[in-house]
Amino acid sequence: MSDAHAHSVAFVRDTEIPAAPPPTRETGAVKWMRENLFSSVANTVMTIIGVLIAWYLLSGLIPWIVNGTWQGDDIRECREILGDSGGACFAVIRERWPQLLYGFQYPDELRWRPTVAFFLLFVAVPPALFAMFLPRWTLALTALYPFVAYWLIWGGSVLSPVFVAMGIAAGYVVFTRVERRGFVPGLLAAVATAVAVWWLGGFVVEAASGVLALEPVESRAMGGFMLNLILGVVCVSLSLPIGIALALGRQSRLPVVKGFCVVFIEFIRGVPLITLLFVANVVLSYFLPPESNFDLIVRVIIMITAFSSAYIAEVIRGGLAALPKGQYEAADSLGLDYPQAMRLIILPQALKISIPGIVNVAVGLFKDTTLVSVISMFDLVGLIRGPILSSTDWVGVYWELWAAACILFFVVCYGISQYSQWLERQLRTDHR
Amino acid sequence: MAITEDPGRRSGSGGAFQLSQLINDTRYRSYTFQFIALVLLFLGFGWLINNAINNPVLAQVGIDFGFLQTPAGYDINQQPIPYDSQDTHLRATVIGAINTLIVAFLACITATVFGVFAGVLRLSNNWIVSKLMSIYVEIFRNIPVLIWIIIIFTVAANTFPPISEFRIPRDGSDPDRGLLFGMMAATNQGVFVPRLVFAEQGWLVAIVLLASVAGVFAFRAWARNQLYAHGREVGTLLPTLAILILPAVIAYFALGRPIGVENPEMGRFRFEGGFTLRPSLIALWFALSIYTGAFIAENVRAGILAVSRGQTEAAAALGLRPRRVMSLVVLPQALRVIIPPLISQYLNITKNTSLAIAVGYMDLTGTLGGITLNQTGRALECILLLMLFYLTFSLAISAVMNVYNNAVRLKER
Repeated sequence: MSDAHAHSVAFVRDTEIPAAPPPTRETGAVKWMRENLFSSVANTVMTIIGVLIAWYLLSGLIPWIVNGTWQGDDIRECREILGDSGGACFAVIRERWPQLLYGFQYPDELRWRPTVAFFLLFVAVPPALFAMFLPRWTLALTALYPFVAYWLIWGGSVLSPVFVAMGIAAGYVVFTRVERRGFVPGLLAAVATAVAVWWLGGFVVEAASGVLALEPVESRAMGGFMLNLILGVVCVSLSLPIGIALALGRQSRLPVVKGFCVVFIEFIRGVPLITLLFVANVVLSYFLPPESNFDLIVRVIIMITAFSSAYIAEVIRGGLAALPKGQYEAADSLGLDYPQAMRLIILPQALKISIPGIVNVAVGLFKDTTLVSVISMFDLVGLIRGPILSSTDWVGVYWELWAAACILFFVVCYGISQYSQWLERQLRTDHR
Repeated sequence: MAITEDPGRRSGSGGAFQLSQLINDTRYRSYTFQFIALVLLFLGFGWLINNAINNPVLAQVGIDFGFLQTPAGYDINQQPIPYDSQDTHLRATVIGAINTLIVAFLACITATVFGVFAGVLRLSNNWIVSKLMSIYVEIFRNIPVLIWIIIIFTVAANTFPPISEFRIPRDGSDPDRGLLFGMMAATNQGVFVPRLVFAEQGWLVAIVLLASVAGVFAFRAWARNQLYAHGREVGTLLPTLAILILPAVIAYFALGRPIGVENPEMGRFRFEGGFTLRPSLIALWFALSIYTGAFIAENVRAGILAVSRGQTEAAAALGLRPRRVMSLVVLPQALRVIIPPLISQYLNITKNTSLAIAVGYMDLTGTLGGITLNQTGRALECILLLMLFYLTFSLAISAVMNVYNNAVRLKER
């Protein structure tokens, strides 16, 4: 039957027909739009509303930016140039850019120093951020950075930061030597060594105060975005170790230690940062020796550090609680004592879990550094609200200045949060 | 027996206690550490207190809360309860606290609305909508709330029309601008809205309404009991509405309509009557809600994503209708993830209301921590009270949250 059939037909196709192209509505942009924008009536309505909103926002924003001018030395010249084009007067940003960055009191001719410190940040931070790709010795750059940055920004003799660094280095070396007798003796020996070096260094600095001295700049001259960055970087770095200690203390079996940590953390987390800044501004000096004369910036750093360490402690406590009990028991069964177990087994894992939370706290803290403008420090926000907007040259130029502030903060905060997401993916060692 | 006895115990009971045991014996070491910690703690606090006692400024003025009873002498522009400048600092403080709670309450509600809205829409299949929402979330999360408060305050104070445009000209013609729906006006001096006026027995209606709410809960519990115990399904929608509305309406008319609405009216120079929302309140309220809304949106999104798809499919396979899948399966599980961070966002809102001082809204930080502090110079006392207020509030909410967390925790064996 089949043979006969094969002979009886004139033509049998022996190759496959190439697939016909799909209909237009099932390919490319059309398909994408059908699926993502117009898949149902409700979806179509939402698309239209979304497009209208986007159109409304862009139609206001784009002419404002495109028609804007960077020329002119004050608001009147700017208005003349602009006419009635409705553009922005970006001239204020060009003219006040150094102020926005450094504050209005930092000496003009010394501005290169914070700039150098800022760019050195890009040398110093990658070793810590990308520790898995860079050789280990580069971490020394990170460790060195705080002292270099202090010397550049505040000026003075190079000897004082050098001796502080030497004290810490000597303490570390002693710690590694004595540590095998136990963690506590090691720590005590390290602290004693560091204090001894600082004490000796004090004499040397006094005797030779002119060595490689940069012109000193007072703390109250710090301002602008630089002040936000200084407060953010210093307070986050200081609050990390304190936060770890508080988190461990809160988990401790010793009632005195635990009680202190709980009270401290809950107290700090219960009050707004602004009340702590009030404390730094007016009350803290009551509780310090009358002859001590801390700058406002130092008092603010103390309070913000206390604030962020409480939050970081809670994040790390979450990380510690997320570790399976088996990890603690494994450490115990290996015969490790408490400091060893913490340093070698518990903390590395707990900190890894806590990284996203810590970064969130860091971003939040960096944003909160703007609150210092309330206690009349001239950070970026304080500077815009105070000296710039009240100057007769630029009265009423709100939007351009606030847009600049928004962009500065957005770039930094968004960058940090993107980094944290990337790091989270890198550190994910479980198999998914 | 003697062999199984551990050496530490023998030495302890035998009286051969050696000093080195304080360091080397784990049983005593913890006491040593705690003793050292305690001594350090006392030394630290003693040092701080000693400094305070020896402080020349503090020694001169002392610590005295008597200033709370003296006349405040300053005006407060947003007064929820009557106040004039002859009232005491204590009353000014109370007004500040009420103002704090008002703006915190308003902002919590609107932030939740914004957050749920944005969080759900960010998961939408619609490309434009989800992109718009992620832009909203990223922009607002990454810029300090203080900047948002100031920007919105600037908008409210500069782009809303001046009050003069609402003024009725002398010749009696129509003013440049009329009231929205005859009852609302947005000006650069604030937004004027109608106010509820309670006559003598108005509070009775409010009590009836509260009782109805309690009644609704009781009815729902009864209906659930009917379902679980007897398998009888009772419709709840209509009875709920009836219990909620009818008694209040009856009471309203029976008592002779004791609650009225007072619209703002344009007087010669300014609005009279109604309720005024100052630009500072608007800025604070709106900025806090839209900023915190971005955070809540992320929590909501995470909560919805945390419910695995299998749950929805299993519920559908059991034959539940989509609405029931949502209310019985997805929401209870998503809420368990969403609510704890949501409540800590509410706490953040409450603490962030203290930024009111940047725009001159008279909350607790503005009255007690601002003008009262500056006028009386009693920094220590004022800041102590200020912290106490926020601390009490936060701890109370944390306590409620812990109770809730324990209630919804997965009951594992």
